[in-house]
Amino acid sequence: MPIRLKKALLTPGLWRGLAAVAAFLVLWELGSKSKQWFGFQTPWVGAVPAPTDVVKVWIALLGDKGYWQSWYLSSMRVFGGFVAAMIVGIPFGLLLAISSTTYGVCFPTFEVLRPIPPLAWVPASIIFWPTQELSIGFVTFLGAFFTIVINVLGGAKAIDVRYFQAARSMGASSWDVFRRIILPAVIPSIAVGSTVGMGITWNVVVAAEMISGGGSQSAGAGGGLGFFIWNSYVGGSYDQIVVGMISIGIAGYISSAILRKLGELSTPWLRSR
Amino acid sequence: MATGKSVGDFTAINAGEMVISRVGKSYGAAEFTKEVVKDCSFTVERGKLTVMVGPSGCGKSTLIRLLAGFERATEGAVMIDGKPVTGPGRDRLVVFQESALFPWMTTYDNIMYGPRACGEDTAKSRELAEFLLDKVGLTAFRSKYPSQLSGGMQRRAELARAMINNPSVMILDEPFRGLDAMTKGLMWDYYARLFEESRRTNFFVTTDIDEAIFLADRLLIMTNIPTRVRVVLEVDLPRPRHLKDIVESDRANEVKMEALSLLHEEAMKSFAGGSKAAADFVDAYSRRVARG
Repeated sequence: MPIRLKKALLTPGLWRGLAAVAAFLVLWELGSKSKQWFGFQTPWVGAVPAPTDVVKVWIALLGDKGYWQSWYLSSMRVFGGFVAAMIVGIPFGLLLAISSTTYGVCFPTFEVLRPIPPLAWVPASIIFWPTQELSIGFVTFLGAFFTIVINVLGGAKAIDVRYFQAARSMGASSWDVFRRIILPAVIPSIAVGSTVGMGITWNVVVAAEMISGGGSQSAGAGGGLGFFIWNSYVGGSYDQIVVGMISIGIAGYISSAILRKLGELSTPWLRSR
Repeated sequence: MATGKSVGDFTAINAGEMVISRVGKSYGAAEFTKEVVKDCSFTVERGKLTVMVGPSGCGKSTLIRLLAGFERATEGAVMIDGKPVTGPGRDRLVVFQESALFPWMTTYDNIMYGPRACGEDTAKSRELAEFLLDKVGLTAFRSKYPSQLSGGMQRRAELARAMINNPSVMILDEPFRGLDAMTKGLMWDYYARLFEESRRTNFFVTTDIDEAIFLADRLLIMTNIPTRVRVVLEVDLPRPRHLKDIVESDRANEVKMEALSLLHEEAMKSFAGGSKAAADFVDAYSRRVARG
């Protein structure tokens, strides 16, 4: 591991990346502070809080329970909606691929509903569901659901027909074909669909929290990261807005990294070429 | 489906016989019908290696699907050991063009697929899998995935995956297509030895005339589409065969010349029809004939 770490540190790619991030931060800082330092306002960037101020506010927030509560609430909503989308979406996608009757009955409706942006569901969802938590969860679910279904369906349809012919010839039952041919063959598509779907759930959950008011507002910033940003905006603490934005970026990155790792672990035959 | 035949004692090789009588196969409905096979009759004789050659696109792969039972003939009958073929089964296994190994299974799991699918994950079939791994020279590669194997290894793994089911007929659809010339030569030797040891009934389809003559006991020369058997040539060369002997054998060259002139004629027919594939075929074979 230390050798791998050493190797990673020696790559020019890493240094380029770090230099780019540093340059970005320096330019941002200069732009934000230009009025204070040079006496003229830089357009656009001049209105944004400077990174040093953001970091100060962030450090102060690290001890704040409400901030972590926002993380927790958003993560749980994403996790819940995403897992529900997997549980419903994977079997549904497979069913569409296997049964032409199901495909004929469900696919047209599915295709009409799919282009509707999840956020367009927010008002209807608030009407449908008894609690605000459930309406946010439902909209989050929709964000991942359509992507997962489409990927599973596409993956299952693309399976080489010779695999079925070979399996059938060797005496495999339908159940065996399903379990040992179709399922493993669609795992790569599930992995792709869930990574894309996870990105969408983060988009959706934050917007839904802003629109719906983020559920319980007891602790001021207790309604998830979306509500945290919105609340900061309403309260005029612009530094916190940026903290909230970067927090979402980090949360999304961690979720994608976990899913990528899980995808790699469940497809060893693609890893070891 | 499964014929209930067990992965038995490997010394007791099954050798089946397939009779194809007056078979026709067409695709599409009403006036759009395309006849691919027409009035086609031949026998895949017990314990022999029957090789089918024909111009590309003539319907050989369709015949394979009929023999394997993936599709049903529109007319006529396909029989194995006197019983009509009604679907795919373990008694007739196909080794496909390129590789149809399951990419998500290791070599060993691929070979064990048949026995496991039939609930025969027994000590006996595991032992047989080891025996076959050794026989195809892949013992060291048992835990590798197909993508980690070379083209030649993949074909050998696929042969083993078929053989473990002890089929009475092995059907091979251009199995060595796409391999480089060196590997192809090695695979011919290897496959011929395997056949000579077992004397299982083999049905081998190819477009490569050298491959056909080196391997065949009987050579079926097919007509252009809609296909049927034009001529059956008995390739009465002694076994075991060696590539060098075949190249030098007058009898082999005689058969080759005869086969080539027939194939040339058939290919010309579709050339007249304007098929691009057939034009390429004629071109390639004319040059071969010229080289003699």
